[in-house]
Amino acid sequence: MRLFEVLGGLVLRVLEQIGRFFQMLGRTAVWAARPPYDVPELLRQMVRVGFDSIPVVFLTTLFTGMVMALQTYNGFERFHAQGWVGSVVALSLTRELSPVLTALMVTGRVGSAMAAELGTMRVTEQIDALTSLATEPVQYLIVPRVAASVAMMPLLVLMGDAVGMYGGYLVAVQLLDANPVTYVDNSFKYLTVHDDILSGLIKAAVFGLVFSLIACVRGYDTRGGAEGVGRSTTQAVVSGSLTVLLTDFFLTKLLF
Amino acid sequence: MSEPVPAPAKLVAEDLHKSFGDKVVLDGISFSVADGESLAIVGPSGTGKSVLLKHLIGLIRPDSGRVLVGGQDLWALSGFEQNRLRRKFGMSFQEGALFDSMTVFENVAFPLRRSGHSPAQVRRRVRECLDIVHLEGVDDKRPAELSGGMRRRVGFARAIAHEPEILLFDEPNTGLDPIMTDIIDEVILEMREKTKATIVTITHHMPSARKIGDRIAMLFGGRLLFEAPPEEFLRSRDPAVRQFVEGRAEGPLTDGIGEVLRKPLPEVS
Repeated sequence: MRLFEVLGGLVLRVLEQIGRFFQMLGRTAVWAARPPYDVPELLRQMVRVGFDSIPVVFLTTLFTGMVMALQTYNGFERFHAQGWVGSVVALSLTRELSPVLTALMVTGRVGSAMAAELGTMRVTEQIDALTSLATEPVQYLIVPRVAASVAMMPLLVLMGDAVGMYGGYLVAVQLLDANPVTYVDNSFKYLTVHDDILSGLIKAAVFGLVFSLIACVRGYDTRGGAEGVGRSTTQAVVSGSLTVLLTDFFLTKLLF
Repeated sequence: MSEPVPAPAKLVAEDLHKSFGDKVVLDGISFSVADGESLAIVGPSGTGKSVLLKHLIGLIRPDSGRVLVGGQDLWALSGFEQNRLRRKFGMSFQEGALFDSMTVFENVAFPLRRSGHSPAQVRRRVRECLDIVHLEGVDDKRPAELSGGMRRRVGFARAIAHEPEILLFDEPNTGLDPIMTDIIDEVILEMREKTKATIVTITHHMPSARKIGDRIAMLFGGRLLFEAPPEEFLRSRDPAVRQFVEGRAEGPLTDGIGEVLRKPLPEVS
């Protein structure tokens, strides 16, 4: 009996969160369309989400590309297919690894900050103060953060694609003595802009929407002082990352 | 409950009910505040005074009942129209609730910039507002660098910047020393003089209520127990009001707690 109670409670909480997500998605969309458009704030958020994340994304994708090359070379060598390392690295990076790993890193870096910032504003009544000054908090706080994330994620992923492929090239050519010309040739031979690169960028934009909205809603709904802010921040990263992985599966399955 | 008032009612609460879970916080509250009048609502801590104040500006939605602002039903409006109606309000929060990522100047300028004033207008109005609350030379400071009394006054300046018709004060002098408490009361009176605004103040500090309010109402157990002009309020024979005015531990306001307090302390062996 106790087990059913716990499980039921868990299911209800998850459903509640999903409902809340879509409710806030609707409100964000409605308020995004209405003036005033706060362009300076949008640019500030784009710098925070995009520009400031460059080092983290750079290192993540660089090492992912490098380790991909190492691992596939190791495996492919067993049936003398080393020539295809470049293709495998390029395809797996653009379609999957670069979008997902970038999203996870940015969720940890930016999503946590968003939740903590909005959470602190909630518990110190700054969000109420916004409302009292005839400023809709969803429009002022959530719209620029979500818009910036949707806009910047594809750019970060595009950079990640390039950096990761270069990492793979470095390892293959410098460390494993692959032929640089064939490696590059094979890297681009099977890579198509529409199916591979673009599909990765679409994923990136969706991930940007998912992680930023989850982080903002967790922060916005914060209750209970400093402890509540901590809880919201953790939840933003945990549910943000999990939802990114979940969305990734369904996006891959449905669209590509 | 409210006496007939000569001036038209600016702000009306009609039978407000609100519960959080099974805890009833507001249990049928009605009052009206005339244009230009100042109402002070007193009551012990934890009786939902702040909750009541947040209902008036639409920060909390009542379970039932209405809030009328200049005759308009706040909760009959869409979110967009509500926002427009809120321009009539200025609210000061308990701890100031200043935007801590902005300087003092930017805080006060916030409502002005949002409503599209020119930079020159913004500068002039911010200066005016900071003068009204007697703050000088703190424009470029961050809220964290200010004392409690200063933060409170920056909050006031921000609340009056867009020239609201209704001012709401949530515990304006909680946590301040007695001198600063009185200074804050004086500032509120000056603001009232200069803005001619309708004012609702929530406080548990009797001297402030007496100084600021044209009328004092007492909130307890989710209801307004008593409502009268200050002198009459102080003379009231209502036992609950008497207990609050005199600040005694025992009485109808602390029924359950009084018993606990009267019990002898357990002996420590």
